[in-house]
Amino acid sequence: MSANSIETGAGGGLVKWIDSRLPIFSYMQKEYGEYPAPRNFNYWWNFGALAMFLLVTMIVTGLWLAMQYTPHVDLAFASVQRIMRDVNSGWFIRLVHVNGASFFFIVVYIHLFRGMYYGSFKAPRELLWMLGVVILLLMMATSFMGYVLPWGQLSFWGATVITNLFSAIPLVGDAVVTWLWGGFTVANPTLNRFYALHFLLPFLIVGVVGLHVVALHVTGSNNPLGIEPKSKQDTVPFHPYYTIKDSFGLGVFLVIFAIVVFFAPDFFSEPENYERADFLKTPEEIVPEWYFLPFFAILRAVPAIWFIEAKLAGVIAMFASIFVLFVLPWLDTAKVRSGKFRPIFRWFFWIFIANVLVLGYVGGKPPNETVFEGIESFDFLALGRITTAWYFIHFLVVLPLLGRFERPLPLPESISAAVLGTQKGGGPVGSGAAAKPMEKA
Amino acid sequence: MSEQVQDHDGHDEGRRDFLYITTGAFAAAIGAAAIWPFIDAWNPSADVLALASTEADLSAIEVGQSVTVVWRGKPVFIRHRTEEEIALANLLPEDLPDPQSDGERVLKPEWLVVVGICTHLGCVPLGQKTDDNRGEYDGWFCPCHGSHYDTSGRIRKGPAPRNLDVPEYAFLTDSSIRVG
Repeated sequence: MSANSIETGAGGGLVKWIDSRLPIFSYMQKEYGEYPAPRNFNYWWNFGALAMFLLVTMIVTGLWLAMQYTPHVDLAFASVQRIMRDVNSGWFIRLVHVNGASFFFIVVYIHLFRGMYYGSFKAPRELLWMLGVVILLLMMATSFMGYVLPWGQLSFWGATVITNLFSAIPLVGDAVVTWLWGGFTVANPTLNRFYALHFLLPFLIVGVVGLHVVALHVTGSNNPLGIEPKSKQDTVPFHPYYTIKDSFGLGVFLVIFAIVVFFAPDFFSEPENYERADFLKTPEEIVPEWYFLPFFAILRAVPAIWFIEAKLAGVIAMFASIFVLFVLPWLDTAKVRSGKFRPIFRWFFWIFIANVLVLGYVGGKPPNETVFEGIESFDFLALGRITTAWYFIHFLVVLPLLGRFERPLPLPESISAAVLGTQKGGGPVGSGAAAKPMEKA
Repeated sequence: MSEQVQDHDGHDEGRRDFLYITTGAFAAAIGAAAIWPFIDAWNPSADVLALASTEADLSAIEVGQSVTVVWRGKPVFIRHRTEEEIALANLLPEDLPDPQSDGERVLKPEWLVVVGICTHLGCVPLGQKTDDNRGEYDGWFCPCHGSHYDTSGRIRKGPAPRNLDVPEYAFLTDSSIRVG
């Protein structure tokens, strides 16, 4: 909008004066006005903008919560209850923040899976993808520390368990944990430093998101066909085509978000955390927030391997499950980007998604409970081991082999040719297919 | 239908304008509704408002003595005035900066209840202790910029624009009040 005013509109003189000294208007015009985006984005391409919206929402609501919250073990729980009961609209601001965290992960996971399906991580977008993984890691750290702040039972015991992961480090593990705690248990010093970092990290995320967007605008966006735009025919200006498409997606998102915030605000929450932290009483079940469940399952699944004890092996596997994403661009060696033209990959992709969902399910279950009634020997630990193994097999074995042996479908000549249906071949393309790319062909 | 205005692509411009305006209006309304909670959150919260009234027991205050009670985080001066102070307060010169009779400022002549904040720039005036500097009119004296208040808490000399504020209060019994 301000981008357009660089050429027209009232105050054009002032805009030009500023722009010739600090080119913010021409930058906006270039990167968000004219930015040539492939013309065939489907709605899976909305999730980057949604993530940006949620990042801003989380920072604003978080800032407002910080104005009322007290980071002290004796006062934190009560100050959160005060926000819910006494502060004007405090309940609204907090519930947007709490549920916003869950929706942030939903949106980012979809964004990530979209990148995996359409090969958005492949050359020349490796750094773009890796910056995205950095954002994911920062988000995980931020949300973990944020969950500690209300100082409920799960805040305290979650913090205890997660920080204790570092005790698995050989030799210095215990010293590291004491250092993280600033004492001999999770206590006030821990709460204070988590609060300070929970405040800081989102701004680091903003910085990395800035780099993510710069990298995106250097290489240009990938698209559902996974082929580069060749001519002007293949792209449309970002504004108004995708500003309006993103706005529409945002509207749909906000409806769903509002339903949860207003009508099911505890949908993602554990009731246990409405009990004040008690360092003498561990809850019967410690379950992390849902978005950590697959990783939690991996943590518990790994047994001792050779000379590595089970505790350390689990921690290594859990961190490896995220770090493997950094090297994904080099594990998936297929030249064709989009899963649309990779008939075998497509199957493995959906198996991978299902596998992650099962991992998440396993993460929320006690390991020794049986999965199916009547089959005593097959418990959730066993299922967790199988799915953990498949998680890594997918990345380390399936993807490299597919790159070598899969025969991709013929690619369309260009985006416009495929979208306008002027060219045969390239599988089930045409405008209908572009609109529903996730449908199996 | 015959009055439809169509552009050269065959689009109905009236319909398009309608969609633009209604979408924009709804977006603006939702935006405003989303911003309001953030503004409202800065208003005093329920626990702050719950402390908005203060009760004070007057039975222990001797004639000539002043006490300070806290009401909404502000000092409130309660002075048990002597006959002499009441007489002084009832002398009403014509050149008062903020003319008010003593009767307008008290419920019972022996009890003066005022907010102990100088109306100039918010300092707390001296005069609660008998050995404080009470200024030229034997009431209160603000050390910050030299405002003199009389035994009715009226401004007599100095930069303050108004008399000391009289809070809303009521006698619960003969010897206790509720401020606010």
